[in-house]
Amino acid sequence: MSPKIKEKQKPLLEVVNLKKYYPIKKGIISKTVGHVKAVDGISFSVYPGETMGLVGESGCGKSTTGRSIVRLDDPTDGDVIFQNKNLANLSKNEMRKLRTDLQIIFQDPYSSLNPRKRIGDLLAEPLRAHKLAEGEEIERKVNNILEIVGLTKYHKSRYPHEFSGGQRQRIGIARALILNPKLIICDEPVSALDVSIQAQVLNLLKDLQKEFNLTYVFIAHGLGAVKYISDRITVMYLGKIVEIAPTEEIFNQPRHPYTKILLSAYPVPNPHMRNREQIVVEGDVPSPANPPKGCAFHTRCPFAQPICREKTPPLDGENHQVACHFPLT
Amino acid sequence: MSLPNINEPLTKQSLESKTLVMEELGKEESYLRLVTRRFFKHKLAVAGLIVFTLIILMDIFAQVIAPHHPNAVSDTFEAAPSADHLLGTDQVGRDVFSRLVYASRVSITVGLGAVAIYVAIGTVLGALAGYFGKWVDNIIMRVTDVFMSFPYLMVILVLVSVIGPNLFNITLVLGILGWPQVARLVRGSVLSIKEMDYVKAGVALGYSTPKIIFQHILPNAFAPILVNATFGVASAIIMEASLSFLGMGVRPPAASWGNMLTQAQSLTVLSSQPWLWIPPGLMILLSVLSINFIGDGLRDALESNQSR
Repeated sequence: MSPKIKEKQKPLLEVVNLKKYYPIKKGIISKTVGHVKAVDGISFSVYPGETMGLVGESGCGKSTTGRSIVRLDDPTDGDVIFQNKNLANLSKNEMRKLRTDLQIIFQDPYSSLNPRKRIGDLLAEPLRAHKLAEGEEIERKVNNILEIVGLTKYHKSRYPHEFSGGQRQRIGIARALILNPKLIICDEPVSALDVSIQAQVLNLLKDLQKEFNLTYVFIAHGLGAVKYISDRITVMYLGKIVEIAPTEEIFNQPRHPYTKILLSAYPVPNPHMRNREQIVVEGDVPSPANPPKGCAFHTRCPFAQPICREKTPPLDGENHQVACHFPLT
Repeated sequence: MSLPNINEPLTKQSLESKTLVMEELGKEESYLRLVTRRFFKHKLAVAGLIVFTLIILMDIFAQVIAPHHPNAVSDTFEAAPSADHLLGTDQVGRDVFSRLVYASRVSITVGLGAVAIYVAIGTVLGALAGYFGKWVDNIIMRVTDVFMSFPYLMVILVLVSVIGPNLFNITLVLGILGWPQVARLVRGSVLSIKEMDYVKAGVALGYSTPKIIFQHILPNAFAPILVNATFGVASAIIMEASLSFLGMGVRPPAASWGNMLTQAQSLTVLSSQPWLWIPPGLMILLSVLSINFIGDGLRDALESNQSR
């Protein structure tokens, strides 16, 4: 495990065998003819104070995982254990109380802020809804949080459309932060921003983590951002986890062929590295409505053997977990 | 919760944005002002607004404007326009101009009242159907379908004749039967708005469902509702005029533009006493046209809410 994590520390968040299936309905009586297995039985733990990066290509179920953790989507099956409570079977009211500890930052800063509300109201609302502060106290906290994310109290009377993308994302972060949460799901928080702003927002997230001892689940498809911010990285493919390891190990010693291929597709800004080993995969990602038998990656894996078509490899290992019959060394 | 103070790099950033604020301070423009500005660029809409305002004023100050009591009978029947009777008198010797002025109250009451009732019903039902989906949506939308497949005028005629034709009842009936269109419109808007991230954020922040529906979704569905309501006022005015014309509306001796038109059914009136039917017809035309222009202007002004 990463050096940040002390031995035998209790995880803050434990996802156990999480599944999210979307039914496919057909015909006039809407008969369910199958399921899109967006997330198909994944398990991982997140420890206090760390950043768990969640990567994978589009449609691999990483965002669905994030949304299922905060119950924006109700999971089909499995447990999400957060602070000793199983979020998957909490009632709506119990869940509502717990939401102060569990927040989410969205990808698109343009649709994540209500266009009809002033920034001051957007930020004060969570405090009022949970009765965490009153009157002047609210004012003070809103001013404070705006300063923390690099805006000023003069911005309070403005509407979201008067801000740039980066500023809006800061407001989104401030809104999640004002409840003083323990865990924040960052659902591709920088993908919609341009590169210079990405760095600003990533730095802000890093600073905030130190400041408030936050734990992040950082979902992204850009490997650069994930490498920069994560302590550990989880790689997903077709609704399943293929590898979990500390960031360094993932980048230097990937053990799953898919991880290796994903890394080789990542451009390196160094012309001398142009001739590095590149693996190009054939074909497309199979449909999550009808995933292949055995290892989900066997249809595209250059190292596939007969057993890969038959048996699903379990996620194995201690610090460096990998789900492959023939892990690379 | 105590938030520690800002750290080094952040201080620099906040300084930068502070200067930015100062630079942009003069450019601020609220949404309302933006919409108003765009509305006033629309010339027909402004003309409509002026005419409609005049009608409302006429409605409020009817007692001051009308020279006679609307039901007062004078000794001249079917008299042509003169100094004493600006638009002449009708078959029983009542001043047409005074009746015309008072009749505007009927039209405005029915128009605004009915629309207020059905927008309220339609918005709530549409929002519930759109937000909750599944069986709630199914039930509400099937009821809507049933309401929409009634022969509208027939049902209104029957209902009004059963509960009695008067101003209040007509408003009520038009209000109760008018909501399906609004419900469908609101449902559609809510369906698309509830997928927006700011609504998801509301859920994640632990807001109550009514708060999410009424404070976060509906304000963003406001524009199409307002436009639809404006056109609704116009059609309610026409509806009342038709009902009164058919004798199922406001009962004489109370004046309404519709029942004033009833007199035009006789050929002698049509050909030789135009002061009896042209003024009320013109008033209906003017009010409906002005409201429709206002609606057009509103639609253009509200259409895109971010470009400037």
